[in-house]
Amino acid sequence: MTTATASMQPTITAPEELRAERQPTPPSERRGAAPWQDALFERTTMFFAVFVLLLLVAIIGALLWTAVPAFQKFGIAFFFTDVWDPVKLDFGALAPIYGTLVTSAIALLIGVPVSFGIALFLTEMCPVILKRPLGTAVELLAAVPSIIYGMWGLFVFAPVFGDYVQPLLTRTFGNLWILGPLFQGAPNGIGMLSAGFILSIMVIPFIASVMRDVFEIVPPVLKESAYGIGATTWEVVWNVVLPYTKVGVIGGIMLGLGRALGETMAVTFVIGNAYRISASLFNPGNSIASALANEFNEAAEPIHRASLIALGLVLFLLTVIVLACSRLLLAQLAKGEGHKT
Amino acid sequence: MNPLYRRRLFVNRMNLVMSLLTMAFGMVFLLWILWVLFATGLAALSPALFTEMTPPPGSAGGLANPIYGSIVIVFVATFISTPIGILAGIYLAEYGKDGWIARLTRFINDILLSAPSIIMGLFVYTVYVAQVGHFSGWAGSFALGLIAIPVVVRTTENMLRLVPASLREAAVALGAPMWQVILRVTLKAVRGGVITGILLAVARMSGETAPLLFTALNNQFWSVDMNAPMANLPVVIFQFALSPFDDWRLLAWGGALLITLTVLVINILARSVFRQTAVR
Repeated sequence: MTTATASMQPTITAPEELRAERQPTPPSERRGAAPWQDALFERTTMFFAVFVLLLLVAIIGALLWTAVPAFQKFGIAFFFTDVWDPVKLDFGALAPIYGTLVTSAIALLIGVPVSFGIALFLTEMCPVILKRPLGTAVELLAAVPSIIYGMWGLFVFAPVFGDYVQPLLTRTFGNLWILGPLFQGAPNGIGMLSAGFILSIMVIPFIASVMRDVFEIVPPVLKESAYGIGATTWEVVWNVVLPYTKVGVIGGIMLGLGRALGETMAVTFVIGNAYRISASLFNPGNSIASALANEFNEAAEPIHRASLIALGLVLFLLTVIVLACSRLLLAQLAKGEGHKT
Repeated sequence: MNPLYRRRLFVNRMNLVMSLLTMAFGMVFLLWILWVLFATGLAALSPALFTEMTPPPGSAGGLANPIYGSIVIVFVATFISTPIGILAGIYLAEYGKDGWIARLTRFINDILLSAPSIIMGLFVYTVYVAQVGHFSGWAGSFALGLIAIPVVVRTTENMLRLVPASLREAAVALGAPMWQVILRVTLKAVRGGVITGILLAVARMSGETAPLLFTALNNQFWSVDMNAPMANLPVVIFQFALSPFDDWRLLAWGGALLITLTVLVINILARSVFRQTAVR
């Protein structure tokens, strides 16, 4: 570049060394900063970004690789048998998968309406002074470590739940036609229903904060026009805010689902750790995560360990799919935001 | 007042009351959990908790070795994950922007942000613990680091995006090369926010139990060797809480109070720091 500029100025007759001095040096060459430093820095940052990218692939790859013996031995039937027998070394994933899905479903059934209520309260009803402290309080619910929920659930919540809530549920719903069997059984406080209930408290902050954030991006003009024609607060939320943000709300729910599926310690304490599929929600069960937490370190046989890792792989793929859907939905809402406002 | 209008008002009032009740529902559980923690945990708090080792069942003792182990494991994990997270965040905000690598990384990072923490433990077990043949404090730090990285990446990127372009342009116009602009101007401008992200990651790591089960495991004795199984608060709490011994359970409540207080204090601290210095 320097030689090219020099050849374009043939009229200057100053001595060679002076002429060279007058040439403006490109910015990257000044004060000892060489272009390779910039390139090196960019490459370094890119390396770590790609590292994060490859982490997901590496996790799936490593789990798949170590789970191969289990898939080889049990084949596709691994996913459809509910036998889990560490003595005879016969393993099937159905019971923990069932437990994971049922507890997560209970968590959403309770957690979604409550989160909606909290988001509605924080965006539409709450006095401005209380908005911040109450919002933070809800988020602190997410900061409480999972093992604390487990201890509280086992020692404090389960006895209360077994003594008062479960008998009440049996009396109220126990004789219903299809739902009845779900609420029959020994009310001992621990089991799938307690695990699902505690999970619901744990996912509320995640769902509620996404809902609150998406409710707040609704253009005020839309809400004001609805209020202007005489709509009540509830009608504005139900007929204007919710339709406008439904993609984001579903994204938030999926995010909560992703959390619920993989939650480990709280579930391990209260689910009861039993490999069986039973109609009653009062009975003990097992989720994938709790099976891993309880058994992995005691699994001496390679095939036992491989089966547990296969369970882990199922859990990971399940949450990745759910979370990917959640992110795609939330991204779609963010894209719409730019056009509509 | 016509009946339709009355019904609409009634529905409105009903639902707003329900909304108030859901808020109360959430707060009741937060306060209930905190109350139980303080009521049972305070009884276990004593100087011995910080100076004595974990006891065999049936005798007095403290949590000195798990407290030390937790601090070291979390510290090392922070030390590993912070540079990786910040550099990856810089790439996303400053270089990659809307290119396909950056978009894909952002997407995957958001997934990893909420991925089950027990899977991180399982992953480190398969690629590290199973290969070297023993549990270790290092493995625990690696597993926790993997949980912290997405948090740091996310906050670093979000913060850098808040820096106005004029600030970068001013630095470039003075002749600073890009890497100096990023490290000494833009990153410096959002220091507070990035530190908040790191603090939130530390808070999250301090409470995690699941990833440590298959990596750091536990150690009944005082150990400073990162290359051997290492005691840490969450796993000790897990073991002691599910044991049939009363003094172990009491220690578990004491430990539970300690980590919850740590996590909540860091969280509140991070949020207040963030509020003051996000963007000026």
